Amino acid sequence: MHERPLTARIRSGETPVSLEAYLAAGGYRGLRRALALSPAAVQEEVTKSKLRGRGGAGFPTGVKWSVVPAGTQARHPIYLVVNGDEMEPGTMKDRLLLESDPHQLLEGILISAYAIQADEAFIFLRGEYHLAAECMRRAIAEATAAGYLGQKILGSEYGLAVRLHTSAGRYMCGEETGLLNALEGKRANPRSKPPFPQVSGLWGQPTVVNNVETLCNLPHILANGWEWYLGLSRSSDGGGTKLYGVSGQVRNPGVWELPLGVSAREILDACAGGMRDGHRCRAVLPGGASTNFLLDEHLDLPMDYSAVERAGSRLGTGTMIVLDDRACPVRMLLSLQRFFARESCGWCTPCREGLPWVARTLEAIEAGHGEMDDLEVLDHHVAALAMPGRTFCALAPGAMAPLQGALTYFRDDIVRHIAEQRCPWR
Amino acid sequence: MLNEREREEIVELLRQETHASAAIPEALKVVQRHRGWVSTEAVRAIAHALGVDAGEVESVATFYNLIFRQPVGRHVILLCDSVSCAVTGHDDLRAHLEMHLGITFGGTTPDGRFTLLPIACLGACDRAPAMMIDRTLHGNLTPAQLDEILNNYA
Ligand SMILES: Cc1cc2nc3c(=O)[nH]c(=O)nc-3n(C[C@H](O)[C@H](O)[C@H](O)COP(=O)(O)O)c2cc1C
Ligand code: SF4
Ligand code: FES
Repeated sequence: MHERPLTARIRSGETPVSLEAYLAAGGYRGLRRALALSPAAVQEEVTKSKLRGRGGAGFPTGVKWSVVPAGTQARHPIYLVVNGDEMEPGTMKDRLLLESDPHQLLEGILISAYAIQADEAFIFLRGEYHLAAECMRRAIAEATAAGYLGQKILGSEYGLAVRLHTSAGRYMCGEETGLLNALEGKRANPRSKPPFPQVSGLWGQPTVVNNVETLCNLPHILANGWEWYLGLSRSSDGGGTKLYGVSGQVRNPGVWELPLGVSAREILDACAGGMRDGHRCRAVLPGGASTNFLLDEHLDLPMDYSAVERAGSRLGTGTMIVLDDRACPVRMLLSLQRFFARESCGWCTPCREGLPWVARTLEAIEAGHGEMDDLEVLDHHVAALAMPGRTFCALAPGAMAPLQGALTYFRDDIVRHIAEQRCPWR
Repeated sequence: MLNEREREEIVELLRQETHASAAIPEALKVVQRHRGWVSTEAVRAIAHALGVDAGEVESVATFYNLIFRQPVGRHVILLCDSVSCAVTGHDDLRAHLEMHLGITFGGTTPDGRFTLLPIACLGACDRAPAMMIDRTLHGNLTPAQLDEILNNYA
């Protein structure tokens, strides 16, 4: 059995791990060790552990922290913002961590905050995560009463306040600069970079944005050391375990903590129990809606950052969505593109105008009114928007990822819809 | 325009913020909790209470999915129409709900009981297809179960 530090204390169907139970299982040991080290030494430990951000972009966490001006250059207040927006379709991993083991997240927040010498931390949760919000609220109260939050934590000179913010709902709140605008009480439009948030973020102050899962790794890295953490991974691309998920027509959809770099097929067969009777797997989106499709021939590749990229996609959030042979690929694509069109923040024209055009085109094809020229319209959007640079943020390129794959892998299916003027699956 | 409780809650929000505008989203939620939705008069009243521009409040109110600028029913059904649900039966659920309630997305039943809205992935894809009614998540849904679930909401 492999180790699964992030989910070891979670029992399905039970109440969240209490402070008492968390402490009994060795909780807050990582924080004690961190507080005994200098902030720079904590950063170094995490850099050596090769922890990479679990929010989708995979940026090395220690390196991200190191950009925050420190020492005599430090400009207080410094903020840590926890990204718990989790609106990427197909993604359900942060919810598990939030609802089941809130102190693990708080300990991760404390370690990250200490490493960048943050004065205040904001937990940003999507508005629909009511249970997670209740659970975090309770845990913050528990931790504050026990001296893990507030002034002079565990007898050290370090202090941190944690605040919970629940979103009013928009996918762009997950994009890190959109998130900062949302916290400031504005529309969640992105900001131009540079300046990067580490230098000028929330209210113009140095700010780090970290994903929930990313932070939940920190207690274990600090408690057990970077070498142990590196050893958890099967990949040379990064350390640790990853929360992988599968949804779609599989026998046992869910989320599992596995060594980074297990193959997609292992996850699909051993964890998700294979396909439901009468369904065959045609393709998967490996890490949420904004990743390109992988075909059966790709499924033996390790699910790490570089291998999935070589196969033309991205690890993204690590939560796979299966397209089976009984689902219409055009219908699936339509759902994806409707989502992106609806969630476009409207800040830049190619995305605001282009994504609805793509969605309307797919709607027509799916309804049996498509024309052969429509393929060109779709190809044109991919050519214009897939590479970053034409739009302000990564939403539009993300939207093009599955569209690009579908235009290659499922082109015949699209053509059939147009030729027959109907959906062959209905 | 705001009642005593709303005003108290908004003053309390203001007390916690260094920048008044940071309280806008939560102030909108306060009013929505009390009234179900946020009218133009309420937008102006919130702006007044926070000491910010009404245009600023309106720009936020019209941006976010969970702030309603029109009246809604006593219960709001958020039906996930994202990808995992789309491949596991969303269309059948939607058709059933629309027929049963006699409304389409964005509509409210004439008796004011339900409003039906599409929502982005609820993070419950392991229980797809899924929906949320008010604050409660319902997963692994089949059309047959829907009527029974709806009966629990008066
Ligand atoms: C449109 C969009 C939505 C995003 N949504 C999320 C999200 O819900 N949660 C998240 O952690 N990261 C999300 N990201 C990625 C963040 O911008 C950012 O990279 C991440 O929070 C950084 O944390 P990490 O380094 O710990 O991964 C999103 C990015 C984009 C472009
Ligand atoms: S790419 Fe889309 S979501 Fe991103 S800023 Fe432009 S309009 Fe907004
Ligand atoms: S796609 Fe419907 S809950 Fe995730």
